[in-house]
Amino acid sequence: MDPEVKHLTEYSIYGKVLIGLLVLTTFTILVPWVNLTAYTALIALLLASTKAGIVMTYFMHLKVEYSLLKILVIVVLLIYATVILLTFSDYIFR
Amino acid sequence: MNKILIRIKKSELEMISMDHIEMQRDDIGAKLGMWIFIFTEILLFGGLFLVYAVMRHRYSADFHQASLQLNSFIGALNTVVLLISSMTVAMSISAVQKKDKRMATILLCITLLCAVIFLVDKYFEWGHKISILLYPGTELMQSLKHGYILFFSLYFFMTGLHMLHLIIGAIVLLVALVKVRMGLINEDHYVLLENGGLYWHLVDLIWIFLFPLLYLVT
Amino acid sequence: MTENDNLHVEPSYLTDTGKRKGITAWLTTTDHKRIGLLYLWSIMVFFIVGAILGETMRTELFKPGQQFYGPQTYNAIFTLHGLIMIFLIVIPGLTVVFGNFVMPIMIGANDVAFPRLNLFAWYLYLLGAAVVVISQFTGNGPPDTGWTFYAPYSTQTHTNVIAAVSGAFILGFSSILTGINFIVTIHRLRAPGMSFFKMPLLPWAVYATAWVQVLATPVIGITLLMIIAERVFHIGFFDPALGGDPVLYQHLFWIYSHPAVYIMILPAMGVITEIIPTFCQKQIYGYKAIAISSLAIAGVGSLVWGHHMFTSGMSKEAMWIFSLLTFLVAVPSAIKVFNWVATMYKGAIDLKPPLLYAIAFIFLFSIGGLTGLVQGALATNIQVHDTSFVVAHFHYIIFGGTGFAFLGAVHYWYPKMFGRMYNFRVANIAWCFLFIGFNLLYFPQFIIGVEGMPRRYFDYLPQFTTAQQISTIGGYILGIGFIILIINLFRKNGAKATANPWGGRTLEWRLASPPPMENFSTQPSAPDNPYDYE
Repeated sequence: MDPEVKHLTEYSIYGKVLIGLLVLTTFTILVPWVNLTAYTALIALLLASTKAGIVMTYFMHLKVEYSLLKILVIVVLLIYATVILLTFSDYIFR
Repeated sequence: MNKILIRIKKSELEMISMDHIEMQRDDIGAKLGMWIFIFTEILLFGGLFLVYAVMRHRYSADFHQASLQLNSFIGALNTVVLLISSMTVAMSISAVQKKDKRMATILLCITLLCAVIFLVDKYFEWGHKISILLYPGTELMQSLKHGYILFFSLYFFMTGLHMLHLIIGAIVLLVALVKVRMGLINEDHYVLLENGGLYWHLVDLIWIFLFPLLYLVT
Repeated sequence: MTENDNLHVEPSYLTDTGKRKGITAWLTTTDHKRIGLLYLWSIMVFFIVGAILGETMRTELFKPGQQFYGPQTYNAIFTLHGLIMIFLIVIPGLTVVFGNFVMPIMIGANDVAFPRLNLFAWYLYLLGAAVVVISQFTGNGPPDTGWTFYAPYSTQTHTNVIAAVSGAFILGFSSILTGINFIVTIHRLRAPGMSFFKMPLLPWAVYATAWVQVLATPVIGITLLMIIAERVFHIGFFDPALGGDPVLYQHLFWIYSHPAVYIMILPAMGVITEIIPTFCQKQIYGYKAIAISSLAIAGVGSLVWGHHMFTSGMSKEAMWIFSLLTFLVAVPSAIKVFNWVATMYKGAIDLKPPLLYAIAFIFLFSIGGLTGLVQGALATNIQVHDTSFVVAHFHYIIFGGTGFAFLGAVHYWYPKMFGRMYNFRVANIAWCFLFIGFNLLYFPQFIIGVEGMPRRYFDYLPQFTTAQQISTIGGYILGIGFIILIINLFRKNGAKATANPWGGRTLEWRLASPPPMENFSTQPSAPDNPYDYE
């Protein structure tokens, strides 16, 4: 872990992040109106994941945290994704 | 790996009791502990999302029909409200770092107000469903198609568990607000606010996924 | 810092030196060593209850037909036996007793990262245990579902499932808090100069275990909540009549409960890895391999849960994927076994009681592990699933593995914890009874399992009688062994222990036996090699 340096994020950064999130939320709402059939769920999930990533990076300060924490977050999410995939290896092929 | 332990001023040291060892303050450790706790919450909701994924895979058409019963406007409003509250709680940390107690107070109050708005919205949403007997366990529910039953069970379970976490998060932030007012959270000592903020962002993250998965099913 | 520091100056952690005295001091302690002992006493009490339940089952099974209680009672007893042994003994066991007592000292720390959280976790443990006990006596009777609470039976039976499941939920929370505590401790409180790869291997094992505790336990948490919701609100996730899938319950349950067995075995392997170098006075063979294999077992072991479900109706694709992963996870375990044996090769072997338990571990764990492969292969699984072959397998791994490692750990760190030695001859005699009794009890179960003896059955066909009787006698021999062991260790008339009676190299052997409340008055410097023999 790097020595703790106090990171102070200006209010304006947070404001810009919020605007970005609201834009993505708007897309999320509009997506069902655009008939993308089977891909709609995937796009919705991708949009949600992007928003989640932005919240974690900026609001939860992952951007300025030490690398161990960033690695842990990624590893945990990968493990979770693998568990879902493995469970679906049952349900998809039944 | 270098560890920086922030030494507390001698005047703030507690009496060393021989019942336990006086521990030096470790903000990095406290935050790491909070992040690990957040991982456990992700896995907790993860189990529910797994059930959702399996059931939606099995009953995709029914899920779409059932989700039309939900009020997407309120869902979207709640999403916006939580995003704003995440911003304000993050800003409140900057305010504390800037020694701006007034701004920190205002921001935390807005955060808590957002929590209240969310809960009020949920009260109306759930209240409506309950008034028409559309909740798990009723005869009406049991008479519906399987996909509908499972959708509504998931809806109530997931939003209910989320609401519980929201209330806990709000209480933590309320405590943080009190401590900010009392000066116990200040520019040298704000890890409690950071950790409370992290927990609050988790509540936001869960909703970011719940919203499209429950309200915008196609 | 010399070996004689701390020896004559400070009172030990067992002496009350603070404002509070006696029981109050213990119940409000935040010292990791005392908390380790609090857990040790609790676990001992619950183990005696669980063991007695086991002995009654063995007695009932001495002959076909009912001996002294009927099938409903039998079902309730194996459920409680499983709940106690799994959630109160082997899952917390090594982690909360020796992870608490020894691990911080081994990394040169004065306590864990969150001492008050540590005490809170112990209280949660007691609360969870109390709720499980209460579930036996309230409502419509003790649960008869087995500790696995499979749906749909668990959602429909009138017995007291909600209480038992709530108890398990609370216990899970305790496990999670301990896991968080240990991860942060190992990341933040290692002595200067002690990188991860200069840490002894017990902290490595505890670290890997803590990650499993933290990531897997929430899944059983939510699953148990689903069971409660199903019983109260008929949410239908696992009920085919409402569109649900009982196999989904099994997925969710085993997504935790398989990693749970790695929570049980990883610290056990860590203990063995500490005992063997000491009693061979030799550097551990393959330090890095053992360290990494702990993480590998934790990681791959989280992906094999489907092997409990081969006969449940999963897709063929899922079945062979899980079978393949199951075979893969055997590899890092085998690596450890090779490394332990290689360490002993040409070592100066001193056959003290801890080493006896370690050697027994290697033998019993290997049998357990190899029979696991029989179950991991799809074709043979069909033959042995839900038979007493499985019962024998998991008792070899959990009891022969974790259990014997626990006893080995007790005999290894006893002088450190209590400042006294114990009688070696009597300890060895107890070991003989335990080892012989154990094998007599469980080995016949492999044989009749393959021949068709189902598990969780209160009665059986006459052809299995001889094997069952051998088992029961083995169970009694085992019981005698425990009685001898406990009496031997409770007799506090051994010689005073020196700081390092075994010639170990890890940091706990530099402290007095028993250690002072404050482990290190000056922060120790990390040795370059934690197993620095000759």
